[in-house]
Amino acid sequence: MLQTQSIAHQYKGTQRFHFPDINCNAGETMLILGQSGVGKSTLLHILAGILQPKEGKVQINDTSLYNLSGSKRDKFRGKEIGLIFQKPHFVQSLNAFDNLILAQKMAGQSPTPQKIKALLAGLNLDQRIHAKVHQMSQGELQRLSIARALVNEPGLLLADEPTSALDDANCTEVIKLMQSHAQKVNAALIIVTHDKRLKDLFPKTIELK
Amino acid sequence: MNLLKLAWKNIIHNPLNLLLNLVLLALGIGLIHFIFLLNFQLKDKFDKNLAEIDLVIGAKGSPLQLILSSMYHIDAPTGNISINEAKPFLREGHPLIKRSVPLSVGDSYKGYRIIGTDYSILDLYEAQVATGKKWQHLYEVTAGAAVAKRLNLKIGSTFFSSHGLNDDEDLTHEHGQFKLVGIMAPTGSVIDQLLLTSSESVWAVHDHESGGTAEHDDHEHDHDHSGHNHDHNHADHSSDMSRSHLLEHGEEEITSILIQYQNRTNFQALSMPRNINENTDLQAASPAIEINRLYDMMGTGTKALQLLAYLIAFVSAISIFVSLLSSLKTRKYELSLMRVLGGTPSTLFTLIIMEGVIMALLGCLLGLILSQTAMATWTEALTDKYNYPFSAWQMHGKELWLIAGSMVIGFLASVVPALMAYKTDIHESLSSSN
Repeated sequence: MLQTQSIAHQYKGTQRFHFPDINCNAGETMLILGQSGVGKSTLLHILAGILQPKEGKVQINDTSLYNLSGSKRDKFRGKEIGLIFQKPHFVQSLNAFDNLILAQKMAGQSPTPQKIKALLAGLNLDQRIHAKVHQMSQGELQRLSIARALVNEPGLLLADEPTSALDDANCTEVIKLMQSHAQKVNAALIIVTHDKRLKDLFPKTIELK
Repeated sequence: MNLLKLAWKNIIHNPLNLLLNLVLLALGIGLIHFIFLLNFQLKDKFDKNLAEIDLVIGAKGSPLQLILSSMYHIDAPTGNISINEAKPFLREGHPLIKRSVPLSVGDSYKGYRIIGTDYSILDLYEAQVATGKKWQHLYEVTAGAAVAKRLNLKIGSTFFSSHGLNDDEDLTHEHGQFKLVGIMAPTGSVIDQLLLTSSESVWAVHDHESGGTAEHDDHEHDHDHSGHNHDHNHADHSSDMSRSHLLEHGEEEITSILIQYQNRTNFQALSMPRNINENTDLQAASPAIEINRLYDMMGTGTKALQLLAYLIAFVSAISIFVSLLSSLKTRKYELSLMRVLGGTPSTLFTLIIMEGVIMALLGCLLGLILSQTAMATWTEALTDKYNYPFSAWQMHGKELWLIAGSMVIGFLASVVPALMAYKTDIHESLSSSN
């Protein structure tokens, strides 16, 4: 599913990051653990096709991510990669349902309202379908962002520090939720975090140093 | 959730900003359109009532006043002229003159002018009697379509005229009851607003006023009006409407004469006004020249207002620009998010342009509604004051230009923010807000 080859990146005037090669199969879940400053977000952005690395290759299925042109990469990301951020951000002028419709539209998919409703129900959000995002609680938004990452049934789910703001109980719950939903669509799940609590929840861990 | 809908939701998500932008642009566009409407309506009225009149002859005074009072019936006359003086121009068979129309102005009924004249005025304005008949006998009146409608006059209605051109109860003549014998079909020209009668009827009313004697020399005259001081037994021959009959009353007075030339380009015709002005006690004024002078005077004021309107429109463009720019800052993450979801830089560019153009379009439509409403309110006041029907709710090609213009304003105001959105480095903006 996902393979990387000798990725390295360097920001202007800073030290060079070298990242270990990653291999993740469909349906597999994986943890990338590291302290702050070791380039976690940089790696995540590289994997997501947001940041072109100075060196190396990112291969998703048969596609070499950085051989695609800019806007083709945008479309590819929209369809094939689901991203979950630490702080759940949404388009403020739209309600929960329309934010998911937007995710489908932006990826060039035709909207599937029934599937969205089912997805929201599965995340216990069926009561909040028409809620404005600024009226939703942090926990609800976290689940909504999982729904958004899943709505186009991507092959790869990437999560950036999804648990750093959560207590232990909620932390485990959110991870289980992500894992089960990823498995449902047979997607590879990679979580990038400094949260050591997650270590036991994943069979496969890469530590960045 | 297409882009248009998203742009719309984004706009109404910030209602105060929207309101400011709309109000500014609506004021600018509304003012531009209102000035246009007003100019258009005034010119329309003036042009319609030119009626191919080449020359107006009347008493000495302001030429513009002579034109306004005799052709448009919105100012006081300059004075009166005696028929003897005017005879050369009234007589049939003048080699240069195709048609001449004598007017006796000075009395009114409920603000509508009673004009003493003959049937030549009907040919001049191409007017026809719709019901009843033309005035003929003493005190018979044929009303213009608009007067009859507004004053609810019917065939057989009677009224007393009032001295002067304003509706003033104290100046009502107590002798000479007018009787309506006919109503004309609407023409769209000034004749719709007039009450037509014979010159003799006008003279007769004033003869009675002065007691039918010749003591008129001691009389104070505040108003200019025709034939107020002669003792005649009109009843004998008042039913004769021929021009030669009018000319028999050489010592009576009329107010002015409207003249159409045989041939406008005839050299002698062109020098006629100067000859009259230099060699007689009469004044000749050319409508084309005077109305152009009036347009020039109006033009200066209009230009200043127009400049102000364009300035407001320009400020509104800045306002749209600033509000898009500041919304870009608060929506930086949101826009990056759309890229993460698969949106391309062009998607963001289009979205921002759409927001600007939609705002401008809304402002423009609001402005057009505003100006039409103002015009509609104002036309009633204008109609009451000048007895001129002004029509609101007309579409001209100009609206389309204004709509296109506002879309350009919206585009120009949003192109820089849209370019900034286009160039968003999503890696940077996602990292900075994490």
